[in-house]
Amino acid sequence: MAVSAPVTEETKRNIWEGGVSPFKASYGKLMMWFFLLSDAFTFSGLLITYGFLRYSYPAYEGPLNAFKSSQGYWPIPEKIFDAVPFLHGVHLPLLFVGIMTFILILSSVTMVLAVESGHRMDKRDVTKWMLWTILGGLTFLACQAWEWNHFIHGTEEGLVLTNGTVFYGANLQVNEYGPPLFASLFFFITGFHGTHVFSGVLINVIIFYNVVVGTYERRGHYEMIEKVGLYWHFVDLVWVFVFTFFYLI
Amino acid sequence: MDHTKITEVKPLPADKEKIKKLWRIAAILGIVTAIEFFLAFSMPRGVLLYSVFICLTLVKAFYIVSEFMHLKYEVKTLIWSIMIPTIFVIWLIVALLAEGGSVFNINF
Repeated sequence: MAVSAPVTEETKRNIWEGGVSPFKASYGKLMMWFFLLSDAFTFSGLLITYGFLRYSYPAYEGPLNAFKSSQGYWPIPEKIFDAVPFLHGVHLPLLFVGIMTFILILSSVTMVLAVESGHRMDKRDVTKWMLWTILGGLTFLACQAWEWNHFIHGTEEGLVLTNGTVFYGANLQVNEYGPPLFASLFFFITGFHGTHVFSGVLINVIIFYNVVVGTYERRGHYEMIEKVGLYWHFVDLVWVFVFTFFYLI
Repeated sequence: MDHTKITEVKPLPADKEKIKKLWRIAAILGIVTAIEFFLAFSMPRGVLLYSVFICLTLVKAFYIVSEFMHLKYEVKTLIWSIMIPTIFVIWLIVALLAEGGSVFNINF
């Protein structure tokens, strides 16, 4: 009895009592997951605030093709975001954001391919796919810069305000597209996401440099690629939600 | 330190099947986005269209999180540790949409 007791104690030992890794993931990866969870809450807060404020304003009731921007009701996004670079004056609703979505999805794919190459210790492939990911991120940022520029400067018609003056574009106080809060939310939500893309590109560049100089090859594993990969996919994930809740609905 | 030894890391051959699967998921994400884009201009705006959009978004989110972020292949406890806290988001949606409705009733 006295002999067998320690054995049963050993087998009954809970996985949470130490000595093993219950999540079977490294500290860094686990912390990245929990950071992303908290970040998901931040983005949910912003997007749900959008829903809350939109819901507290009247919706546009008339026929869709007769839509005109007004401070009196919330705008229909496909009527606002209809411009594409080099195609001035052509009504192409949501096409440009659609392209941006594709760019971000593609850069997410090149990121998984980099992770996959990392598992195989293939430095040449990791370098190649990291470079494509960085390029995708930069292209997305450039698109967003154009989008913001267009939003801020506005259309040729502008909006006739109640005091008779015409206002073009948008700032945090007034915008030609709808209630002031619409532009504020545009700047906050796409801006906060853009900041994430920007920092993601920055981190990717650092990791890319480390790959090229062989830091991970010497370390014996490319787990760092997986960690930044998680962050990069999260940025893509958030954009999927922004695309739906800000641009489509 | 002998540097010649360190630089000689032999990469393993690429797993064609695995890479093909990644591109297939990318294609799914692209196609779902294209469907959303198509529906935006072929269906009347309303609760039905919005529900379809939200469902398709969740499909995309599932593929990104489970395959790209590899969550599907982690241990169960990790999956639940990440998934369960998101119920707070659902609570916030319900709370704030109800709040938005009341603000609308007061203002307009």
